[in-house]
Amino acid sequence: MATAAQSVSIVGMIAGLIGVMALVAVNALFLIWMERKVAAHMQLRPGPMEVGWHGALQTIADALKLLGKELITPRDVDRPVYLAAPIVIFLPVLVSFLVIPFSQNLIIRDMHVGVLLILSFAALTVLAILMAGWASNNKYAVFGAIRSVAQNVAYEIPLLITLMSIILMVGSFRLTDIVAAQNRVWFILVQPVAFILYIICATAETNRAPFDLPEAESELVAGFHTEYSGMRFALFFLAEYTNMFIVAALATIFFLGGWRGPFLPGVVWFLLKVYAIIFLIMWFRWTFPRVRFDQLITLSWKILIPLSLANLIITAFVLKLV
Amino acid sequence: MTSYVKQILSGFTSLLAGMGVTIRYFVKPIVTVQYPREKLQMSPAYRGHTEFVLDPETKTHRCIACELCSRTCPSQLIHLEGVKVGKKKLPSKYVIEYHLCSLCGLCVEVCPTQALQFSKEYRLAGYSREDAVIDLFARMQAQQRRLGWPVTPIPEPQPEAEGEAEAKPKGAKPKAAARKAESPAASEAAAETSATPAEEEKE
Repeated sequence: MATAAQSVSIVGMIAGLIGVMALVAVNALFLIWMERKVAAHMQLRPGPMEVGWHGALQTIADALKLLGKELITPRDVDRPVYLAAPIVIFLPVLVSFLVIPFSQNLIIRDMHVGVLLILSFAALTVLAILMAGWASNNKYAVFGAIRSVAQNVAYEIPLLITLMSIILMVGSFRLTDIVAAQNRVWFILVQPVAFILYIICATAETNRAPFDLPEAESELVAGFHTEYSGMRFALFFLAEYTNMFIVAALATIFFLGGWRGPFLPGVVWFLLKVYAIIFLIMWFRWTFPRVRFDQLITLSWKILIPLSLANLIITAFVLKLV
Repeated sequence: MTSYVKQILSGFTSLLAGMGVTIRYFVKPIVTVQYPREKLQMSPAYRGHTEFVLDPETKTHRCIACELCSRTCPSQLIHLEGVKVGKKKLPSKYVIEYHLCSLCGLCVEVCPTQALQFSKEYRLAGYSREDAVIDLFARMQAQQRRLGWPVTPIPEPQPEAEGEAEAKPKGAKPKAAARKAESPAASEAAAETSATPAEEEKE
């Protein structure tokens, strides 16, 4: 489809949409199961074992239960905003899949602003969380939303600067160009500091532990989605796991050579790398305790931003000299 | 500036050390026992309810129905009846009311022939009080069946032993028969032994 990128047919778009919807659903089901298994094995437990092979169908059973649940709308919520928030959090997640290259040809639309599109739509997640928290008319939800905004603003800056150092090397925002630039050596070997910074920022951007302050269950009940139930809650959950997939896909494209790899087809390599990154993020969750809020902001402004800026300047110097 | 860099590096190495710990646990075998499908092996020191020791030579119990255990028991929950078979005396019924047991182990200690031991049974939940009443003789027979050994029958009282049996302070046969109607020896023995009032009161 790379050659016909200019004239994407309607059929292609619809096929892509269906494919993305299926991928989002299956990915979330798989990731929830994987998360539970990883958590369990790190605590010497077997995890879900009863429904299906090693509990593989457990998440489907949970999803069915969630579908059947009552949609509770508390009396004093700001109704239009409250109802719009789950949709607003889910839509940008879908848009991001438009430009992700799963393999050489498996890409819905190869835009030359690919990275910018993903990052700008990812910023909408903050808006949705703020909407959900504010409209819920609940102190825990508002606190979760406030924390989320402060955190996402703080961590988007080092994230962008880190990715800029790669873009500086490639000279293109197009994701396929970035993968093509790694035909000899993966950028994780060229830019190891950038990779570490990116993973830290990505963990914070997806509100995952140890940066899960917006939904810190021990202090804020469930944070911004305290008042949501049933499928509305499921949409927040789905968006969280899909966001994980997207940041892991970006890490794969930027640092691990995208779909490139011997023997296996490109899609398989791509998904293998994505799930390896997701495993890394899950590994963080079951290793590190949650940071305090001042530590969270300090880490970003005092360490990550200076480091990423230094990394960018050094990259620019080296590129100029070579 | 140096302390800033040092802090970042030491913090980063400590994070890596933490991740090293969790990944080691990740690859370790799990310790959960999937209960209904897997069962724990109890330690040799585990004190369950008592059971007969199966003698590997005679392939049966060693009980001589001396009733020391039932007399020693502080909770008086051992209901033991013996019959004379030839010169020997053998138990025809050995029932414990385990829900009254305080696990003191005096019955095991006092036994002159070491006929009792603690079983490794720990699944003791039941729906009623009667589920905690354990027939050690039936339990031993089931064990023999599982091992493929000859099953010890419940001994029949011999006619010439009747005199001695009467002299013994034993009884509560009708009651026992009511509780354990499947025990044929109990009803037979009830016909020949007379219940003493003291025993009746105890029950």
